Amino acid sequence: MSEYRIHGATGDWEVVIGLEVHAQVTSKAKLFSGAATAFGAEPNTQVSLVDAAMPGMLPVPNRECIRQAVRTGMAIDAAINKWSRFDRKNYFYADLPQGYQISQLYHPLVGEGRIEIALDDKNPDAGTKAIGVERIHVEQDAGKLMHDQHPTRSYVDLNRSGVALMEIVSKPDMRSPAEAGAYVRKLRTILRYVGSCDGNMEEGSMRADVNVSVRKPGDAFGTRTETKNVNSVRFVMQTIEYEAQRQVDVLESGGTIVQETRLFDPDKGVTRSMRSKEDAHDYRYFPDPDLLPLELDDAFLEECRASLPELPDAKRARYEGELGLSPYNAAVLTAEGETARWFEALLDAAGSTVTAKAAANWVISDLFGALNRIGKDIEASPVTPAQGGELLRLIADGTISNTLGKQVFEIMLETGEGAEAIVEARGLKQTSDTGAIEAEIAKVLAANADKVADYRGGKDKLFGFFVGQTMKAMAGKANPGVVNDLLKKALDQ
Amino acid sequence: MTDLTDLTVAGLRDGFRAGDFTAREAAEAFNTAVAGAKALNAFIVETPEHALAAADAADAARAAGEAPKPLAGVPIGMKDLFATKGVQTTAASHILEGFTPTYESTVSQKLWDAGAGMLGKLNLDQFAMGSSNETSFFGNVISPWRRKDGGNAALTPGGSSGGSASAIAARLCPAATGTDTGGSIRQPAAFVGISGIKPTYGRCSRWGTVAFASSLDQAGPMARDVTDCAIMLEAMSGFDPKDATSLDLPVPAWEAGLSPDMTGKRIGIPKEYRVDGMPAEIEALWQQGIEWMRDAGAEIVEVSLPHTKYALPAYYIVAPAEASSNLARYDGVRFGQRELPEGANLQDMYAATRAAGFGDEVKRRILIGTYVLSAGFYDAYYTQAQKVRTLIAQDFEKAWAVCDLLLTPTAPSAAFALGEKQADPLAMYLNDVFTVPASLAGLPAMSVPGGLDGAGLPLGLQVIGRPLDEQGVLNAGLAIEQRAGFSARAEKWW
Repeated sequence: MSEYRIHGATGDWEVVIGLEVHAQVTSKAKLFSGAATAFGAEPNTQVSLVDAAMPGMLPVPNRECIRQAVRTGMAIDAAINKWSRFDRKNYFYADLPQGYQISQLYHPLVGEGRIEIALDDKNPDAGTKAIGVERIHVEQDAGKLMHDQHPTRSYVDLNRSGVALMEIVSKPDMRSPAEAGAYVRKLRTILRYVGSCDGNMEEGSMRADVNVSVRKPGDAFGTRTETKNVNSVRFVMQTIEYEAQRQVDVLESGGTIVQETRLFDPDKGVTRSMRSKEDAHDYRYFPDPDLLPLELDDAFLEECRASLPELPDAKRARYEGELGLSPYNAAVLTAEGETARWFEALLDAAGSTVTAKAAANWVISDLFGALNRIGKDIEASPVTPAQGGELLRLIADGTISNTLGKQVFEIMLETGEGAEAIVEARGLKQTSDTGAIEAEIAKVLAANADKVADYRGGKDKLFGFFVGQTMKAMAGKANPGVVNDLLKKALDQ
Repeated sequence: MTDLTDLTVAGLRDGFRAGDFTAREAAEAFNTAVAGAKALNAFIVETPEHALAAADAADAARAAGEAPKPLAGVPIGMKDLFATKGVQTTAASHILEGFTPTYESTVSQKLWDAGAGMLGKLNLDQFAMGSSNETSFFGNVISPWRRKDGGNAALTPGGSSGGSASAIAARLCPAATGTDTGGSIRQPAAFVGISGIKPTYGRCSRWGTVAFASSLDQAGPMARDVTDCAIMLEAMSGFDPKDATSLDLPVPAWEAGLSPDMTGKRIGIPKEYRVDGMPAEIEALWQQGIEWMRDAGAEIVEVSLPHTKYALPAYYIVAPAEASSNLARYDGVRFGQRELPEGANLQDMYAATRAAGFGDEVKRRILIGTYVLSAGFYDAYYTQAQKVRTLIAQDFEKAWAVCDLLLTPTAPSAAFALGEKQADPLAMYLNDVFTVPASLAGLPAMSVPGGLDGAGLPLGLQVIGRPLDEQGVLNAGLAIEQRAGFSARAEKWW
């Protein structure tokens, strides 16, 4: 991949990007209260006394949220801090009932780790790059203000108040919008594999604060801006493109970059200043005196590690090495945990007669094609891995041809019936009955005596014609291998 | 028949069990006393019906032959810092005026579960911030005590648990809950001649108690004697999974373990507690206390707690810092008072609500706390204060190598007149000089009455113990109590 540069009037500029990704922890209950976390519930129905910060209410850490953050840390090879602590970030806002957010500034739960990204998803040979992760800490989400309910008043929905978030802070290691996009996608994949976050950006389960600065290659880091709450991979990339160009324009026209917080406007594709450093809040962080330091014992860490699934990088390496898949196929099949799970269930169901390669090709071309056409995710596939395995087995043992296989698959999609039942009921079973095939070959040769003569005279290409005629006569049910052999024998005698 | 309001918790409990009187009779006697003592302003809300309902339940249970609950037949007072379901809970602040919780604090629930009834919600310094009960939005609490100098100056009952202190001293309730952040149980107990114990931090759940300074706040009982404190503390203590700082330990049988025998105990006398300007009478009482301890069989050892002089400044950084954050939730958005001037935006509403809702002392501490946590000042103040706190805890740790308990005066003076120190916050803060160190270290500490000063006002002695050694503290308190024979009571003028 070529280096990403902004071509300015004064020369080329390099972009430096760091991302702070907020990922909602998958948990039935909030970080410090027992309240539920269902998305889309009626306003203020998922709120406990603690979430509403009633007088005298106290936070109690939810073990499952801590566990998920630790597992996430382990999945990115990060140092897990056995001793961490919660701090209060103090500010007033109507969506923040306590008047402070419980977060971890000074002693985060997870320390440094790394995430490997592919430099070009389409080209596995383009190589990878390790992006450093500075830390992961856990913190509470805030509620939500609703301004569209009343002409002069705003309403507050506290359903999200207190929901557990992981803030995953990268190092300023990315140098292009594409790298940032690949980082967010890879992080999302890992989170979904681990099961610590559903990665659903539309529902706000994942959002990113995008830090961007520009510099002449080789220079020290420039002043950065932070664009808050960007909620899709595409918007992250757009934010970087816009913001880098804006900064170059400012600098080249003699201006300076102000360290500030900005907002992305997805309708116009631009960023806008929200507040500068001068009027930034003084959050008055200090250790939360309602909570003891979080101390993790070895048994807890061991359980976290043991519960981790095979992670995408390891899985991809195994698909290439053990299963002999192409790097591209391995990458595609491991990009989503659901796909890999489906594929592995398919291999189990298909049995030893079906090669992993054949199964991979079928998933990527036939299954993906069909799912794309009917607009369904692999989890909602109308054909199950067991049914797919049955189909592949029939193809592998020669019961049906590849071509027939495609037809059978279409019928499976429509009717939900099993492959064997379809083949049986519709008489699609391929025949290897040499007697029947020889009889048809004899008829074809007799009816095309001129072409037989031409073939024997050296026109080899006519062989395909005889195969086609024979298959047609057999209504497509003849085993192509057998037809080939018998034709060769008949023509060459 | 004796006046039931003269009975202690143990006396009420045992008399009820023996059938000497009904629980209803006891509740009615105290309800009458409460209703007749408005001049003391000890209660913000009176709840005679609550006391009667608990009494009727106790009487019915006894009639049915059920085993009596630990506090059956005993009505008590509840500091208005504890959330009580269906009963206004204000922390003595205008900002919570009219706030009626839908939930019950863990400590009050434990007391109701033990069979106690509630006579009412007791007045206090606003958000427990004060040492004289002069910061309450609902007016000063008046001590039942008066100086024997012919003057009629209204005296402070101390603070912040001033309503609890005044009500017990005036026999309006046999016992009450208190909370102690820097001395708010011990100093008022000393000022009115009663006993009070702050247990080890974490013994009593903080859930449902309006927070002042989370790392210091600890509930405890106030009562007329040490035995009653033990009975009450047993009912109030215990692990609460809803409080992450609650201690997951069984509750000892403190009452059964009471013993005034100090044989084999080493009592430390910290030399740093001899402060300049301390009245000679307090110095003399301390010496008397040492003699009592010796008489009870204890060995007396001089100890040094070298960082004591830094305790007060550290406390007045840590406590306001936590308070400034804890009180951020009183913003007018979800409950309590809301001030919404014409055309006000959100920030205007916050400012107006908090300006009108908080009293001066609360505002002062929020400002101090906000300042010491601010960028650029955090390390110089908060971090430094936390280091001092560690050093103070280490002072105590070292002392425990040579002694089992510490004996000190509770406060550097007897009760002062209302208004006397109000203009000088620093003089007011100095009242906490002997009580704050144990709070910073989270240690159990209690005050017991030792005698009267020349003006006829009570003075208290403080016993401080190792973490979790409430039994040792109570026992030393009992040894003092038996030797002091403190029986003085305020003459009724209200």
